[in-house]
Amino acid sequence: MLRDEDRIFTNLYGFEDFGLEAARTRGDWDNTKDLILKGRDWIINETKESGLRGRGGAGFSTGLKWSFMPKQTGVRPHYLVINADEGEPGTCKDRDLMRHDPHKLIEGCLIASFAIGANACYIYIRGEFYNESSNLQRAIDEAYAAGLIGKNACGAGWDFDLYLHRGAGAYICGEETALIESLEGKKGQPRNKPPFPAQAGLYSCPTTVNNVESIAVVPTILRRGAAWFAGLGRPKNTGTKVFSISGHVNNPCNVEEEMGIPLKELIEKHAGGVRGGWDNLLAIIPGGSSVPLLPRSICDTVLMDFDSLRDQRSGLGTAAVIVMDKSTDVVKAIARLSKFYMHESCGQCTPCREGTGWMWRVMERMVQGKARIDEIDMLFDVTKEIEGHTICALGDAAAWPVQGLIRHFRPEMERRILQYTGTQRVAAE
Amino acid sequence: MSANGTAAPEGPKEFAFKPEYLERAKHIIAKYPPGKQASAVMPLLDLAQRQNDNWLPRVAMDYVADMLAMPRIRVYEVATFYTMYNLKPVGKHFVQVCTTTPCWLRGSDDVVKACKRKLGIELGETTADGQFTVIEVECLGACVNAPMVQINDDYYEDLDGPSTEKLLDALSRGERPVAGPVSGRQTSSPAGGLTSLKTPMSKSNSAQTASSTQGDD
Repeated sequence: MLRDEDRIFTNLYGFEDFGLEAARTRGDWDNTKDLILKGRDWIINETKESGLRGRGGAGFSTGLKWSFMPKQTGVRPHYLVINADEGEPGTCKDRDLMRHDPHKLIEGCLIASFAIGANACYIYIRGEFYNESSNLQRAIDEAYAAGLIGKNACGAGWDFDLYLHRGAGAYICGEETALIESLEGKKGQPRNKPPFPAQAGLYSCPTTVNNVESIAVVPTILRRGAAWFAGLGRPKNTGTKVFSISGHVNNPCNVEEEMGIPLKELIEKHAGGVRGGWDNLLAIIPGGSSVPLLPRSICDTVLMDFDSLRDQRSGLGTAAVIVMDKSTDVVKAIARLSKFYMHESCGQCTPCREGTGWMWRVMERMVQGKARIDEIDMLFDVTKEIEGHTICALGDAAAWPVQGLIRHFRPEMERRILQYTGTQRVAAE
Repeated sequence: MSANGTAAPEGPKEFAFKPEYLERAKHIIAKYPPGKQASAVMPLLDLAQRQNDNWLPRVAMDYVADMLAMPRIRVYEVATFYTMYNLKPVGKHFVQVCTTTPCWLRGSDDVVKACKRKLGIELGETTADGQFTVIEVECLGACVNAPMVQINDDYYEDLDGPSTEKLLDALSRGERPVAGPVSGRQTSSPAGGLTSLKTPMSKSNSAQTASSTQGDD
């Protein structure tokens, strides 16, 4: 188990004040100037060396992403954009980081912006997080007043402006190019790539989009050293991670743990175990609604990191662990996710726009068993027609939960169909 | 995607920001580079909605379009794409019940039932006295405090049927219950007692999430 002294988010639960004075006592803004004066290359290299992979779901190396930005700033300014549009079902970690520890994010924004040559950064926070955005804005105002950001930020010779932008309700804006479109004042419909944001992002300028947690951990990594962060977890899956544990556990919670902690240990140590005991476990979605669920047999031993979960044909995603005990109607649980994706499809690509609705309608029949056995295969085929055939990953995200269900719970789906067919036959006779 | 309200309801005949809101609008527009004022459309529509009893009439969209020198159709596109813009009037207490899987697993059906029973309306409806509107929404991002509802700007968490009814009763009496988990636990910490961060790193003042009224600029 992770030791408290290795935890980055020491005010995760908000027992202490979120303001600047308290943040300083937690180590924030300590010699930020010195970190900046070590230079861009040092910051980017340390971040790469730490092994930090993006905490928003895709798990791409944060330092490497920064290195894609042009080395020199041309006529077009550079931008850092923070993806705080947290909305992946199961996920509520960035919310805590912003309302309880906002100065970690703000300091990270300054350092990361300097590293990519950006004098301005926008934080795009989901609109529903009104009180969270109030805290964050107050922290930003404090940082300006203290000279930590603004002209000659921290006295390090870098001008830096930080702006908060509230969304207005659209899951799709968590996709980085949809987020950029939205920030420009348009519908949040993803762009084709290339060009990638590092070439042409916000206002067609070089832009890096990073998740809240990815940026908020950077100052601590730089202070304690890449080796410290890389020494936690497993190779290529390093550091700490904030997990959200929801569903059928005794004590749902957020908790920062070491990457690679066994799933079972995570739940038993921090969430009070599965309701009714581990033997009462049916399945777990380990990384937010978009990743395929895992049956209990895999949950017994799987480790919570990018590569371990990928090897089980699922994913770490946002590290949002959704637990389902044996009382769960698992087909209905996944059908509800299908409804979510139908609601959130932006409507731009036909396979997603039409496919998400089609999948939901078929899934609703599967809940009742009002289907033919061969329709399970057809459903699977259609998920494969959606996956990989859309501009953004929402199509994939809608397909994977259904694929996971069919992969692991096909007997249950067939049982319902046979049962329903049986009752119909009895009724007819 | 939002499509709440296709028929244009009767609204005000004209709209303009009150002086205080106009100041805030100017402050918001200044966040974006010159010529990129369209970026301010979402926060300005939000301001307009706040000024107009939490719904957005067509005249307000036109006003924002003109202020930002945007074609009106572009503003209509934004107003109809995002779910937080209410295109028809809503009750004083706008109750949004999350029913996505993490909330559903922990009993959001009971929360929906409690709302219907207490208020005597179906999802999507407003009470006759204009006090409450209840709708079903997708994941609000408070899953470890499920099930939960958002009422205007505040989240109420760790609900069940009876606590939902109590909450609605309090609102009916004109109270504003403290936002957060009704269970009394500290935010997203485990209810059974802390499993980490048991020793405070610093001694500082109290710690609740501020519930201020100035969130958007």
